[in-house]
Amino acid sequence: MPSDVAAAEAASQVRELSYAEAIREALGQAMEADPRVFLFGEDVGVYGGAFGVSGDLFHRFGQDRVLDTPISELGIAGAAVGAALTGMRPVLEIQFSDFITLAMEQIVNQAAKIRFMFGGKASVPMVVRLPGGSGTGAAAQHSQSLEAWFAHVPGLKVVQPSTPHDAKGLLLAAIDDPNPVLIFEHKLLYKTRGPVPSEPYRVPLGRAAVRREGRDLTIVATSIMALRAAAAAERLAADGIDAEVIDLRCIRPIDTETLVASVSKTHRLMVVYEGVKTMGIGAEIAARIAESDAFDYLDAPIVRLGGADTPIPYNPVLEKAAVPQEDDIVAAAQRLVRHGVA
Amino acid sequence: MATSTAHEARLRPELAALDAQTLQLALRRMHLIRKFEEMAEASYMRGLVHGTMHLSIGQEASAVGAVLPLHADDYILSTHRGHGHCIAKGADPARMLAEFFGKETGYCRGRGGSMHIADVEGGNLGANGIVGGGLPIAVGVGMSIKAQRQSRVCMVFFGDGAANEGAFHESLNMASIWKLPIVFVCENNKYGMSMDIARAMAVGSVAERAAAYAMPGVSVDGNDLPAVAAASRQAIVRARAGDGPTLIECVTYRIRGHSKSDRNLYRTKEEIETWRAADPIARLASELLDAGLVTRSVLADIEKGAAAEIDAALAFAQSSPDPDPAQLARDVYAE
Repeated sequence: MPSDVAAAEAASQVRELSYAEAIREALGQAMEADPRVFLFGEDVGVYGGAFGVSGDLFHRFGQDRVLDTPISELGIAGAAVGAALTGMRPVLEIQFSDFITLAMEQIVNQAAKIRFMFGGKASVPMVVRLPGGSGTGAAAQHSQSLEAWFAHVPGLKVVQPSTPHDAKGLLLAAIDDPNPVLIFEHKLLYKTRGPVPSEPYRVPLGRAAVRREGRDLTIVATSIMALRAAAAAERLAADGIDAEVIDLRCIRPIDTETLVASVSKTHRLMVVYEGVKTMGIGAEIAARIAESDAFDYLDAPIVRLGGADTPIPYNPVLEKAAVPQEDDIVAAAQRLVRHGVA
Repeated sequence: MATSTAHEARLRPELAALDAQTLQLALRRMHLIRKFEEMAEASYMRGLVHGTMHLSIGQEASAVGAVLPLHADDYILSTHRGHGHCIAKGADPARMLAEFFGKETGYCRGRGGSMHIADVEGGNLGANGIVGGGLPIAVGVGMSIKAQRQSRVCMVFFGDGAANEGAFHESLNMASIWKLPIVFVCENNKYGMSMDIARAMAVGSVAERAAAYAMPGVSVDGNDLPAVAAASRQAIVRARAGDGPTLIECVTYRIRGHSKSDRNLYRTKEEIETWRAADPIARLASELLDAGLVTRSVLADIEKGAAAEIDAALAFAQSSPDPDPAQLARDVYAE
């Protein structure tokens, strides 16, 4: 942790907040500090956001800075681009991350490319917050994990906080960032609680967090999977397997250095993510390790635990079966360490 | 000036609203656009450049007329057929041509090309390769102007084809509910690539659609510079006063094909010739001459001056360096 961050955290009071409260606190502090920052999206105003994230911000900052929009995802994504281009710092909430499919044009063709296409003569400092992931019974069109799509696009940054602390610090860093940043928040995490310093602080984009040090294997995980991996690691420890758990936090840019160092130490790699396994984040991380010096240290095949090659089903038993669970991580780690197989 | 006062009585109001100096500037910009595009086309034919381009030959009055009443610090957003808008807003044709040639001295350092020319300092927030791509961006620019309590206006150009994109409807709606200082300028050149607007739209004009968004919708002869400028001025005044957006439809025609692959299979030679006879540059020149606002020798000087500027632009573009491949990844991200 950089010393300035440590200092800011030391000076501030640390309370338990929920992930949603931590995001709201970051939004409020960003708006207090900078008149260019505003929040907009569908039902973010008096309703308080579909998941309650914006809460009372409408009453604190008024309708011009916490702005309800029509149901026009393409239009509002483009509005964020235009506002960012001309001196504002927009934060856009896309009500469910699935709805970003309606706004792909503005995110992929415009926001991501404007700086490059214009030869560096403009920048697009916008943040898009996207509640995603499965586990709420919302079925196939309200439960996806599409973050890898955006990590494929140069010009975007893609963030996946897993704790209230990171949800606040990564959001404040994203608002400061001069580039378009997409933050995929996990819907199941909104109510999870954890320590959050009261003062504003930044968690740098592109730096992974080692959540648990270990010797026997490296488990790299994103978003809620980082929590499941950490819980699995405690069970594995009781079983004599010492897992290192890395929370990736950002999938563009990726902190390759931390991954290579870890795998060079543990000699085994498992990647856990909720997005569909095929063509997903796991493939990219596996390839980065295979291309690195850490390849020589590998004692076993690389294992990917990702979402099933299916849409997210409605039935709760099926829904759980479609994405990695704690038990799956424990079992896969045992096979990998004990038998050297995926 | 004396000449215009003497003639004011019999000038139509759209023309009388513009002084001789402004009209000459407009004519000069129209010539610059025409000569720029003819040079771009010739350079392409001679194999001096690669890629593609979309020419607006025949549409110059629409670009220049719409931009004419804007202030220097107002914004425009342009289209894939955007050379005219860019020159109309005051961009340097030499840096535009250098961009078309892919050179480091171009507006975008050769990274954008014809379809992405932007002159951010001059208020041109960019041409756009996506049909309708600029429309939602204009909404954000309008929000930004309003939030910062500026007196600027954002003018966004798009074609008749873009009026059938969802982005058009979403953007006009938001601009209207929030009374944003935006002027929507649809250049209806009759075809979305090969699709005749009459086959692509159930209503008779794009301007009619303004009613659905409770904003004024005006259809003007897009080859009539003073008429376009008059409609634009009214929309700009309304936008600046905080009364909200206007939709202007400039009915015009592109003489050239959609792009370099176009074999004009969807329209007749006669149709093209009819519109060629309605050339907006010749039309303005002859009206100014008839009104006694210019002399023949001034007209000739304006055209000659534009031609010389484009010749110099070509020399600049050709002699400029290519970008360095070692700099490929530069500007993917801002630091």
